[in-house]
Amino acid sequence: MIIAWVVILLTLGSVLFYVLSPWHLTPLASHWGAMDSTIHITALVTGAVFVAVNLFLAWVILRYRHRADRRAAFDPENKRLEGWLTLVTSLGIAALLAPGLWVWGSFVSVPEEAHEVEVVGQQWRWSFRLPGEDGELGRVDTRLIDEANPFGLTEDPAGLDDRLVMEPRLLLPLGQPVKMLLRSKDVLHNFQVANFRAKMDLVPGQVSYFWLTPTELGEYEVVCAELCGIAHFAMRARVEVVEPEVFEAWLAELPTQADWLARADPDPAAGQGHYASCAACHGTSGEGNAAIQAPPLAGMEPWYLSRQLELFRRGARGTHPEDSPGQQMRPFALQLTDGVAIADLAAHIASLEPIEVSPAAQGDPRRGARLYRTCANCHGERGEGIPATQGPRLATLPDWYLIRQLEHFREGVRGRHAADPYGNQMVDMAQMLVNRRAVEDVVAHITTLGTAQEE
Amino acid sequence: MILSLALLTLLMAILGGWLFRHSWGARPWEAQVAGQAPQRQAPPGATPARVGLGVILAVATSLFALTVSAYLMRLELGSDWRPLAMPGVLWVNTLLLVAASLALQRAWRAARDGRARALRTGLAWGGGLSLAFLVGQGLAWWQLTSAGATLQANPAGSFFYLLTLLHGLHLLGGLVAWWRAWRRLGRGGDIVAGVELCALYWHYLLVVWGVLFALLLLT
Amino acid sequence: MAESRGPAVAEEMELVHPKTFLGKYIWSQDAKVIAIQYGLTATAIGLVALALSILIRLQLGFPGSFSLIDPSSYLQYVTMHGMIMVVYLLTAFLLGAFGNYLIPLMIGARDMAFPFLNMLSYWFYLASVLILVASFFVPGGPTGGGWTLYPPQVISPGTPGVGGGILLMLVSLIVFIAGFTMGGLNYVVTVLQARTRGMTLMRLPLTVWGIFMATVMALLAFPALLVAVLMLLCDMLLGTSFFMPEMLNLGEQAGHEGGSPLLYQHLFWFFGHPEVYIVALPAFGIVSDVLACHARKNIFGYRMMVWALILIGVLSFVVWAHHMFVSGMNPYFGFLFATTTLIIAVPTAIKVYNWVLTLWRGNIRLTVPMLFAIGFLFTFVNGGLSGLFLGNVTVDVPLSDTYFVVGHFHMVMAVAPVLVIYAGLYHWYPKVSGRMFHQGMAKWHFWLTFLGTYVVYFPMHFMGFAGVPRRYYAYGETAFIPDSVITLNMVITLAAIVVAAAQLLFLFNMAWSLRHGKPAGANPWGATTLEWQTPHTPPRHGNFGDELPVVYRWAYDYSVPGAAEDFLPQNQPPEAVRSADDAAAKGPDGGREAP
Repeated sequence: MIIAWVVILLTLGSVLFYVLSPWHLTPLASHWGAMDSTIHITALVTGAVFVAVNLFLAWVILRYRHRADRRAAFDPENKRLEGWLTLVTSLGIAALLAPGLWVWGSFVSVPEEAHEVEVVGQQWRWSFRLPGEDGELGRVDTRLIDEANPFGLTEDPAGLDDRLVMEPRLLLPLGQPVKMLLRSKDVLHNFQVANFRAKMDLVPGQVSYFWLTPTELGEYEVVCAELCGIAHFAMRARVEVVEPEVFEAWLAELPTQADWLARADPDPAAGQGHYASCAACHGTSGEGNAAIQAPPLAGMEPWYLSRQLELFRRGARGTHPEDSPGQQMRPFALQLTDGVAIADLAAHIASLEPIEVSPAAQGDPRRGARLYRTCANCHGERGEGIPATQGPRLATLPDWYLIRQLEHFREGVRGRHAADPYGNQMVDMAQMLVNRRAVEDVVAHITTLGTAQEE
Repeated sequence: MILSLALLTLLMAILGGWLFRHSWGARPWEAQVAGQAPQRQAPPGATPARVGLGVILAVATSLFALTVSAYLMRLELGSDWRPLAMPGVLWVNTLLLVAASLALQRAWRAARDGRARALRTGLAWGGGLSLAFLVGQGLAWWQLTSAGATLQANPAGSFFYLLTLLHGLHLLGGLVAWWRAWRRLGRGGDIVAGVELCALYWHYLLVVWGVLFALLLLT
Repeated sequence: MAESRGPAVAEEMELVHPKTFLGKYIWSQDAKVIAIQYGLTATAIGLVALALSILIRLQLGFPGSFSLIDPSSYLQYVTMHGMIMVVYLLTAFLLGAFGNYLIPLMIGARDMAFPFLNMLSYWFYLASVLILVASFFVPGGPTGGGWTLYPPQVISPGTPGVGGGILLMLVSLIVFIAGFTMGGLNYVVTVLQARTRGMTLMRLPLTVWGIFMATVMALLAFPALLVAVLMLLCDMLLGTSFFMPEMLNLGEQAGHEGGSPLLYQHLFWFFGHPEVYIVALPAFGIVSDVLACHARKNIFGYRMMVWALILIGVLSFVVWAHHMFVSGMNPYFGFLFATTTLIIAVPTAIKVYNWVLTLWRGNIRLTVPMLFAIGFLFTFVNGGLSGLFLGNVTVDVPLSDTYFVVGHFHMVMAVAPVLVIYAGLYHWYPKVSGRMFHQGMAKWHFWLTFLGTYVVYFPMHFMGFAGVPRRYYAYGETAFIPDSVITLNMVITLAAIVVAAAQLLFLFNMAWSLRHGKPAGANPWGATTLEWQTPHTPPRHGNFGDELPVVYRWAYDYSVPGAAEDFLPQNQPPEAVRSADDAAAKGPDGGREAP
């Protein structure tokens, strides 16, 4: 008895939920409105069947519930009824399938005039490559990828004017069809922008693709939708749909492969000059000064230092009101005039001899070791840092600095800025440290890594 | 995948056809007419062992078909495929397996006719030749490995080892059954059914080997 | 190779009657004992998976609250939960437990065709479960690569359990497949060979049909998994490149070349999709029998039901790539696989219609098994319809890899079959134990499970519409995910905890009723099938006492016009049918005609 009413309530409730639910398709930002239409057609047809079948079921339960004085009908089959039901179902299915296949037809046929953008996925970040004036992307070979050649470009001359986007931020021109060429350096990924609807896996060893025409200006989030390991959930990027002129300007600013190859080696001697103003707080040999909360710099990788200085300069770090040491740091970073100065300075600091850190006073390194399993994927088993994952070395940092930074990440004091994608990632990852004790534990483990290495 | 699908479709079609034959004209809701005795269901020729062997062969067919499908797909997809020179010993092995199959066929016939001596010789030769085949396959592995065509060297080689390993393991499984039949013969038991199964299984493995060998030679 | 027996097996077979406790209950060759062993083992490992699901839900509902759950262990929980539930619980329970218990009894056989092989099958299964459990205790823990075990990720750094965890997982699967093949061989041969006199194919209960078809499919589909697993093992241990392309491991060249990750996906889903139906078909069969018995009405369109089962089984082998619409395979495959996938909806819909039409004009007893069967119908309709979104290639693209998928497959593949498992357990519990279960607890169990799972899974579809990706440890600040999703996740978690608690209630009920339940008698539901006609309850070894039953009719002679009782057991000879209407002498057959 109750079951029949429950079935009715659930059926109607589900329909009501569909209508009233606050969770809908995200606002559409591409020309794939046809996909939304197929979703709506499917929802309509299946919804009707759902209501019809379940209400009939409930009515049957009410009408034919057990009575001692009544017997069930004996009714082995009914060819006509079964035939009709089969026919109607087949027609309904055809009605769903036809629009689906029709839209798929346009999904697989990329328009001639579409411009190409290459999306490169790797654990756990995105980078992009756009063709230069020749409108052609240079050939690549995964086996050539290393730190000096992050895209694995071959000698192919068509590749020299390719524009490289190392940061996970892509601009797309409004109203122009774009063919996204997808390739992965390591495992499977999936380039999903919910607002674009279209998505596709990135598969190592091959190039997959999809296309779209952005139709709405705005900024959209890219997430990875194919499990790619521990930081899968933190593998994000941003896509901005902009007016074509803005896009062209952005494109022209991007370094080409030729620029990348021709970049000058940094000059540590020049960097030593810049370091004079740093030495006051961070010490002449980069040993740091805990009393004024200046961390040791010796041993930090140049790519990490460059990035952080750049962030300070751009105001993506050291601008949060609760980050007072960061606020102190910012004016010094602003003294560095350009990328060359930063690179030179970073090269000088990298040449300083790292100091040994002493094990943390508080925290349980054994519990910390378990937590560190996750950290090790980006920062290395021994806290040595992994450039490929953009995870800096941790083993040379003292406990007080690590604790403060982790707390800052946890609270969003550091890493929340939109221009700091790896900081964003670290904010996401730091959520696994649920309280102060977890932070102290993991730091206690990290501070043992440097010494253990030397033994 | 097309190949696996074709084979599976064939298997399914056989099953489906058989089921439809049983069900098309049936009126299941009608009870037995009074006075008519219900029939035994399994046809007399289809013993559990024979049907069981049929099922095993179907499973093995699926396994080999899928592996071969994977082979063909990998051949198509990968750019690094370098054809493998087949060691000559494989031809000898093929002959050994043919001979083993023939010997078991003779043993089966002898068992049906009650010729104990011929049965014993046939069975002994069947097992011996199969063992020789396995040794020969091992030799082929050794030759390839020492020629530098190791497991990792290239996908053609990887598949060669995988396919021969799967086939060899199936033959090894067959030899266990053969060993049981042999022991039973030694105790003077009735082994007609056992020899029959062995013979049929060996014929099947011979066909599989033929297909695999042809495939390995052609690509 | 099994030893041969004469053609008389359908008549009589020799049984091993052990005397000792160990022989009777541990090293038993009695299919019923093996069934219970399968059931208990599957339940035990299923509880592990249930606990894992609660841990997953706790993280999603209350992110940043549990120090135990870090991103690595989250992925490990997700992976192990999925794999255990699909393979080690559902497949093992529906085929191993129900198959072993019901096949011989329902077809009128003394036991399986090869009892020793049957026992071996269980011990292989147990070994595979133990190996799987062992992976929790190796350094690095179990694999966290997702239950689909996609390479390269599952054997590459950056994934938890890359060492021992994944190795044990793969070995466990090989052992499971070997054990299953032995069991499956047994089921097929038994159904084909050991049916008693008069049990024609068209008189088989649909439960047997469902299990039979599922077994045939499993025997043909598991080799695909076996091949995939073997090749994965080679790639992992021996450095081959079946699936591994040229790639980097966290910035270092990995040294593989030319392999194709998509090849693995093709092989995996060639197994994986039939696997869905391997779980579904036995459930279809069981629910058919439960509905007919408790509605006191014959199953509607029996032949259509059988053909639909066969058609679904066959079609399920040509739809696998609908799991790969956005995998980067040649997109033109989308046309083919969307079409085949939607075609499979037709026989499935026919089954649903026939179930509802079975209830129509019935005399429905709302017993506990019936409640679960109705719960199944509702859930399955929901899950089946959401499948039409995902099977239709264009609609799938925005929804794939989102929570819509999670909601869909849990509805159709988790909740629906589990409700049927419960329907079956409550239906056959009186036969297996000889006692009735506690009604009150059973009803609570039903309501909490049915409503709870709906609260858990129905809203997930809407999170999918909103684009919320799956397999995410935490959502942090994602631009397109509103805060209300976090609240929703909390509600879902609370509902999931209630559902989990209800399952403990069920276990308690089963154990409690074993001692305190009312004696059930031989045939408490008034069912027609042979397992209810055994001389002893619970049936003893050999099932049918001295003489095997002889079958005169199909399994659905409920409410036959003219007959005095509202059910006629399958082994009731036409001469022995008591006529309700003495005056109208329509002959001994009761004057039945097909409409």
